Amino acid sequence: MFNKYDVIETVNMIEREHLDIRTITMGISLLPCIAGSADETAKRVYDRVCSQAEHLVEVAEALSMEYGIPIVNKRVSVTPASLICAPFAAQSAKIGLALDRAADTLGIDFLGGYSALVHKGMADYERTFIESIPEVLATTNKLCSSINIGSSKSGINMDAVRLMGEIVKQTAELTKDRDGFGCAKLVVFCNAVEDNPFMAGAFHGVGESGTVVNVGVSGPGVVQHAIESIPGADLTELAEMIKRTAFKITRAGQLVAREAARRLGAEFGIVDLSLAPTPARGDSVAQILEEMGLESVGTHGTTACLAMLNDAVKKGGVMASSRVGGLSGAFIPVSEDIGMIEAAERGGLCIDKLEAMTAVCSVGLDMIAVPGDTPASTISAIIADEAAIGMINNKTTAVRIISAPGKKVGDSVNFGGLLGRAPIMPVHGESSAKFIARGGLIPAPIHSNKN
Amino acid sequence: MRAVVTVVGKDKTGIIAKVSTFLAEKGVNILDISQTILQEYFTMIMLVDTSGAEEELSVLAAECAEMGKNIGMSIHLQHEEIFNAMHRI
Repeated sequence: MFNKYDVIETVNMIEREHLDIRTITMGISLLPCIAGSADETAKRVYDRVCSQAEHLVEVAEALSMEYGIPIVNKRVSVTPASLICAPFAAQSAKIGLALDRAADTLGIDFLGGYSALVHKGMADYERTFIESIPEVLATTNKLCSSINIGSSKSGINMDAVRLMGEIVKQTAELTKDRDGFGCAKLVVFCNAVEDNPFMAGAFHGVGESGTVVNVGVSGPGVVQHAIESIPGADLTELAEMIKRTAFKITRAGQLVAREAARRLGAEFGIVDLSLAPTPARGDSVAQILEEMGLESVGTHGTTACLAMLNDAVKKGGVMASSRVGGLSGAFIPVSEDIGMIEAAERGGLCIDKLEAMTAVCSVGLDMIAVPGDTPASTISAIIADEAAIGMINNKTTAVRIISAPGKKVGDSVNFGGLLGRAPIMPVHGESSAKFIARGGLIPAPIHSNKN
Repeated sequence: MRAVVTVVGKDKTGIIAKVSTFLAEKGVNILDISQTILQEYFTMIMLVDTSGAEEELSVLAAECAEMGKNIGMSIHLQHEEIFNAMHRI
């Protein structure tokens, strides 16, 4: 028989502290779909995604009931689409539309992988593909796009960075009736990972096998509750407590991932233990930091608290799963975290502080809304700063930024659901245009030469 | 297949009777019961064997939750593996 306190702890984590499996993401290789024409490839893509993931939703729902743990999202990630669109790049949109239709047919929440990897150079067909993104994101609902513009090994492709500033602006403009919603489905990465189950940055790397199941677990509320239970603890004890809590959460993810993979006839990929907040109160990473002793997230000490949290989460997760991967750490999206939203509205959290925080947590500047009149070159410069942090520190960084059309500081955008709402945050008014116009490649750092 | 049933709520007469009758009707065998008052709440934990039940575990879990609502208790039926995974190394 189980220890009754253990049983009640698990039930409480799920009932009151928002423990959930955030996503079961099936990664599907699209390489077998490449055909001579865009139409034939699109047809094959639709058929392959629909057949591979046919039972995804049904299996996830059954597992959720059996284990009594919510599985919030069912998602699919695919091979970066620029690779299969290369022979007919001007018609890339057809593949994007086929993927979105497949997502609708399957009844999944998101499909990621309208992506390109251009961290060292950008071929003509890749540029053409990237130029199709604004239109594709404006005409699809569930499709997500990501572009890798840099890596610790190759440096930062500043031509791609310049282009992505413009693409973000165009995407916002084409979805201005929805506050620039298209930008919420577009991520610019440095050091993108190939097995990330979280959106909008999920894609199925070319180094992966045919079909894999990756699981993302979440539980900021559980960690917050654990910290609350030892109010006088010093930081050593706190780190230990976070580690133990992360271990338990990850074990739940590991169980679901293994079983989901078995039932779906796919390979078990990874478990990604990320503290991924939702706009619900009590499901916030910012509130964890505040529970650690900060009056408001964004004040002095925030970076240190986040560094400790992120590291303790990783340590607990690594011990708990045979395969930890993805991003695994703490997410700090502004619009998806009630504590972040409120701090930004109070003016207690600015982009510069967020940038510092991204140096010690698992992602980057995520779901940040900036004024609609922000120049493309400024957005490119924000992307370049983030990429530099990722490149130098050998970590993944990302930018998901919404240049909200017609909005200014003091306004906000509201996307609803998991994407939440974001107050418009101020950016520096001084121009970065000449720097961005230079283009070229920022060379890889000296410490990347390890061979 | 073994599962854990947890019943939590305000203490009142006949909770064990109602829950065990319900499980018996479904063909679920009770292997072990522990009952206590935790933080003023009646808390019962049962280890059960569902191999004699006709319904799938997911269906049983939904029915247990529904039955709990009818008697004003929070009832969960979960595969035992989730507890093994989280609390045993």
